Amino acid sequence: MVLATDAFALDSGNTAWMLMSASLVLLMTPGLAFFYGGMVRGKSVLNMMMMSFGAIGLVGLIWVIYGYSATFSGDIGGIIGNPFELFGLAGLTDDDSLMVSTGVPALVAVGYQATFAIITVALISGAIADRVKFGTWMVFAGVWVTLVYIPVAHMVWGGGLLGADGITSALSTPIDFAGGTVVHINAGVAGLALALVIGKRKGFGSEPMRPHNLPFVMLGAALLWFGWFGFNAGSEFGADGVSGRAWLNTLVATGVAMLAWLVTEKFRDGHATSLGAASGVVAGLVAITPAAAAVDTFGAIAIGLVAGVLCALAVGLKYRFGYDDSLDVVGVHLVGGIVGTVLIGFFATDQNSAWYPEGAVNGLFYGGGLTQLGTQVIVALAAVVFSLVVTLVIAYVLKVTMGWRVSEEVEVSGIDLAVHGETAYENIAQGSVIKEVRA
Amino acid sequence: MKLVTGIIQPHRLDDVKSALEAAGVRGMTVSEASGYGRQKGHTEVYRGAEYTVDLVPKVRIEVLVDDEDSATVTDVIVKAAQTGKIGDGKVWTVTVDDVARVRTGEHGAGAL
Repeated sequence: MVLATDAFALDSGNTAWMLMSASLVLLMTPGLAFFYGGMVRGKSVLNMMMMSFGAIGLVGLIWVIYGYSATFSGDIGGIIGNPFELFGLAGLTDDDSLMVSTGVPALVAVGYQATFAIITVALISGAIADRVKFGTWMVFAGVWVTLVYIPVAHMVWGGGLLGADGITSALSTPIDFAGGTVVHINAGVAGLALALVIGKRKGFGSEPMRPHNLPFVMLGAALLWFGWFGFNAGSEFGADGVSGRAWLNTLVATGVAMLAWLVTEKFRDGHATSLGAASGVVAGLVAITPAAAAVDTFGAIAIGLVAGVLCALAVGLKYRFGYDDSLDVVGVHLVGGIVGTVLIGFFATDQNSAWYPEGAVNGLFYGGGLTQLGTQVIVALAAVVFSLVVTLVIAYVLKVTMGWRVSEEVEVSGIDLAVHGETAYENIAQGSVIKEVRA
Repeated sequence: MKLVTGIIQPHRLDDVKSALEAAGVRGMTVSEASGYGRQKGHTEVYRGAEYTVDLVPKVRIEVLVDDEDSATVTDVIVKAAQTGKIGDGKVWTVTVDDVARVRTGEHGAGAL
């Protein structure tokens, strides 16, 4: 991305929408804290929520110091930007814009992008519920956003290897409108890597670990859905027909995914559950994210349907393969992210107001042949491999240095009291005082 | 003196209470309980994972009565709590050595 300091005409309508969108996306992370918090046992809900809140503080700080610069300014080998070019946002004034055509000031774009980095890190925490030292998590958050999120975001959105001039340039330009690869495939793979390195909770698969507060989960899903309109419709960086299409697809695909999850459950387990509804909502939101503006209404319905059914089936894989992805970051975000990214290859269209970047082509069902599908599969695979390898290395290094796990005693009696010195509810862990972990 | 204790289905509590009042019982203690008998528990499914919940919620109702009333009170509870389905509960009676009323310090039958 080129730093442009001239010929910038402020568009107050677009700018107002982007400030609003940034606020909406920021709300998603506390929403995620409720979504995840309700799903764990009552003795570890505070720790679960704190992993999300901790990410807001730390990643927000990193973003303004070097994160934005390393993502969107300069380029080193197509992998990462230059962290020093806009270090501390020095050199960016109120009158700068990095995307002159949108009429949105650079500082607004920096803020908007910060909220994406924050939620991506927070999403990972669902894979490692109930058992991880808070300090190790916070160190991981800082290292991971630096070595994984920033490179992937640069590669996809900052002119790197997964963008228009990247590894698929002989085929077509990849489509990732709002972050299917950068946010969801990335976080899903990282969750899998952490679950593998850190290991299972004591009693996983044999003891009941049912959600302690399903209304929290529903509240979290509602906040996520609300905030996601900023995530998807805001990714247009403007208030126009394209953002309207993204908004509408975010409504339709999400609703269909919820219904599809419920029907799948009804046939398999006998009941349409509230947890299934909340999960279906998130699966649909994840899947429509990369495609939000690039498909028509029929495409959105198809993506929601496939995501709802596949994610409802995928959450059972952890029991079959024996990895404790506690809150299904893999089953929902990795699988949903891949569904959305790959289905773009079938449903992408430039008809009506639908949008995709220059160099992309229509999907298989819209007369474009297999070209875009090939591009989407290559990009998804590249993101999976990069995120998996680097996250495994980070997780392993932290395992042998700081250590990830709290003691078994703490895990059983409840991590909230031991790590945070408090309990969520009056009747939890009464009379047991364990102080051996100081994160 | 006798202590009659009933473990009943929570949704029968209102009927049992009214029936006991109609039979002249002036006081009782009610508490939440959980357990299982032949009924066993039930299963819950979260994201496809099945949990067997073996303890199910019940209500415990306790009434202190004179010896000669214990059979009547037992019958009243059984009749009012009965649905005929498995899991309806149990009622039992034990002998009580002494009872004291805290307000007055009275002992024995006068404290009932």
